[in-house]
Amino acid sequence: MANTSKAPTDGGGNSDGNTKGGGPVTFLEAIKQAMFEEMQRDPAVVVIGEDVGVYGGAFKTSEGLLEKFGWERVIDTPISESAIIGAACGMSYLGLRPICEMQFIDFIVCAFNQLTNFVAKGHYLWNAPAPIVVRGPSGGGVHGGPFHSANPEMYFVHTPGLKVIYPSTPYDAKGLLKAAVRDNNPVLFFEHKYLYRRIKEQLPAEDYTVPIGKAAVRREGKHLTILSYAAMMHNSLEAAEALAKEGIEIEVIDLRTLLPLDEETILKSVKKTNRVLVVHEDTKTGGIAGEIAAILCEKAFGDLDGPVFRVTALDTPVPYSPPLEEHFLPNTQKIVAAAKELARY
Amino acid sequence: MKKELTRQQHLDLYYYMRLNRAVEDTMVKLFRQNKIVGGLYSSLGQEAISVGTASALEKKDWIAPMIRNIGALLVKGVPPRDIFTQHMAKYTSPTLGKDGTSHFGDLEKLHIVSPISMLGDLIPVMTGVAMAGRYLGQKIVAMTWIGDGGSSTGVFHEGLNFAATQKAPFVLILENNGWAYSTPVRRQVPLENLADRAKAYGIASYIVDGNDVADVYSTAKEAVHRARAGEGPILIEAKTFRRMGHAQHDPAEYVPKEMREYWEKRDPILLHEKFLTEAKLLDVKTKKEIETKIEALLSQERDFAENSPMPPPELAEKGVYCSGDDCHKIQPRWERPVAEVTPPKSSIDASWVVEGFGRGKSSGGGTAPIHFGDTAQSEERKEVEEKLARARPVEVVIKDAAAKSAKNAASNGRKAEKARAGKDASATNRKAVANVVGKSVKAGAKVPAKSMARKGRR
Repeated sequence: MANTSKAPTDGGGNSDGNTKGGGPVTFLEAIKQAMFEEMQRDPAVVVIGEDVGVYGGAFKTSEGLLEKFGWERVIDTPISESAIIGAACGMSYLGLRPICEMQFIDFIVCAFNQLTNFVAKGHYLWNAPAPIVVRGPSGGGVHGGPFHSANPEMYFVHTPGLKVIYPSTPYDAKGLLKAAVRDNNPVLFFEHKYLYRRIKEQLPAEDYTVPIGKAAVRREGKHLTILSYAAMMHNSLEAAEALAKEGIEIEVIDLRTLLPLDEETILKSVKKTNRVLVVHEDTKTGGIAGEIAAILCEKAFGDLDGPVFRVTALDTPVPYSPPLEEHFLPNTQKIVAAAKELARY
Repeated sequence: MKKELTRQQHLDLYYYMRLNRAVEDTMVKLFRQNKIVGGLYSSLGQEAISVGTASALEKKDWIAPMIRNIGALLVKGVPPRDIFTQHMAKYTSPTLGKDGTSHFGDLEKLHIVSPISMLGDLIPVMTGVAMAGRYLGQKIVAMTWIGDGGSSTGVFHEGLNFAATQKAPFVLILENNGWAYSTPVRRQVPLENLADRAKAYGIASYIVDGNDVADVYSTAKEAVHRARAGEGPILIEAKTFRRMGHAQHDPAEYVPKEMREYWEKRDPILLHEKFLTEAKLLDVKTKKEIETKIEALLSQERDFAENSPMPPPELAEKGVYCSGDDCHKIQPRWERPVAEVTPPKSSIDASWVVEGFGRGKSSGGGTAPIHFGDTAQSEERKEVEEKLARARPVEVVIKDAAAKSAKNAASNGRKAEKARAGKDASATNRKAVANVVGKSVKAGAKVPAKSMARKGRR
């Protein structure tokens, strides 16, 4: 066996030797723990994808699973994204709960038809739920270039029948991934790779899930609301911290789930702050910010003291060279500038 | 081959072909009365394929029919009313009017996966069904159909290749009816036999006369048996002809008259009826009984469909998501001890040998094992593997062939000739391997009596 790496311990602890709840863990480790614990809890859970077995996944999120659970449950596939999604869907029809890994989430579009036409429509059309999870590393900021940095979530937010999750913390990543595995619907799970090793969090020792479709208020404030998710959540918090020193109190909401969107939490916050800035790393046109702006116009027009602002990436592919990518991406300074302007209304 | 079937089997095949055609004839009438909402696709002249292949399956097996596989649905036990109501977009249809045609399924009882209009997508899906069935110990076979046109899609390749790497118990029926809408097969695929595509995946294949229901049935039966036994996916090319246009709206004027006439004479129902009559398996009385039975059934089923309501408009809003256990209790049906999977004990050995893989000029003529992952191997499977290993005379022959070629080359004298002969030797070498592999297959396997059925290469 080429892979001699250590499997996670039976208690679900991480492979660095930490026991569960023993110390703060990275975003990557949280994902790994979620998969391991779900596979151990339920033999219907299988993992399928490119290099997930022997190699343990390109980012090592499935490291040790093959040794522990065997090749029928940790399935290395050819480079065939449509086959991965298609086969997972077929497996789910017999009651299994496959977790599909896209080596980079950019490649999910190779299975676009399979996901949007086959998987997403099954329950509506012929009463066939497809409890599959499709997860993978997404997002930019690591100079991965145009085909390893994408945020393709909105292709799928536009597809009824799918659920779309994009967490920003290790706690949420683990809890939401577990919830996704247990959900009876197809769930797309985006993992921002910039966060993989940059943040750590202490996780509870016991089994827990985080509900799909619920946003979280990360910071309370009264002057304006920033709605964000994934890596930009952290930039938004940074901006809020900076602006607090200038007397602008910002409420920061982490959307966590993009489909279904937690309108209730959003509307509640707008009632309080009357100003909304949406921040996302996805490109501007057709991003979730536009949809949120429309919802606010329909349902909270009277609560708004100013226009809905957005800070997003540019409407271009993700460029490779660091100065280009940095220019392309939103950042804390851009958020601060937009928030300041919005606060004047 | 035909003689191997019992009278009842022959009559069942006959009944379902007649039922298939009668259902479609009824729908043509409904279409002309504007009672069919969307398009109507015909399998006229292709009934032997749907009926023959689906009849080869057991009740527990899974199918995913395509648009021209009404016959397979009927064999599986779908009542004709479901097909009528689907086409008429009625509230009583399996999809409650949310989709039409043969686009419906039944996960619980009949084990039918609904197709979508995008061709080829069912192939990886049914691969997954087959894999899950194997993992759960259900010993099922998954079957789906694809046309000559659909075999050009990317997902056909992805799916069949994946099925092959997994050795999934999966049977794919490739209905070569000569036409993808208006495009003749010659413009789609530069191959005489589409079954040759199987070679690219290292899987077994058959070619059958798609208009000979007994041939289709017997071949499918063997393929299903082999897939269930763990030989991996099998491709069956059934050669036939699409006698109607792509759908009712298409008069198919692009089809040469002579071609149509040729195939009309080879109508699968007439051919089978002729055989049954000559073999004294079908008399006038039995034939009449079958016809009366079908007529009575369809009249009742058609009445049901016609008298069914259309769906309430608000239904359009419902059912996008499964709301949880109250909506669907999702539970796998384990037919092997769950304890066996944690820690894992494979239902089959995880590493298998691909003939000739890794064999190069300097590798000593060995065959490299493909490691699929190292897990415990069941004792039973070990015995089978050992038997197979003993039965494989590959290496000896290669050495003989190589030595002989090298000797010839050496006697030639000139250096340039020698270099060229070196190439020849490796070519001979490969040929020798192919011969031996081919022979060892033929020796062990039953060859169908009918000449149209071609043995797979495994």
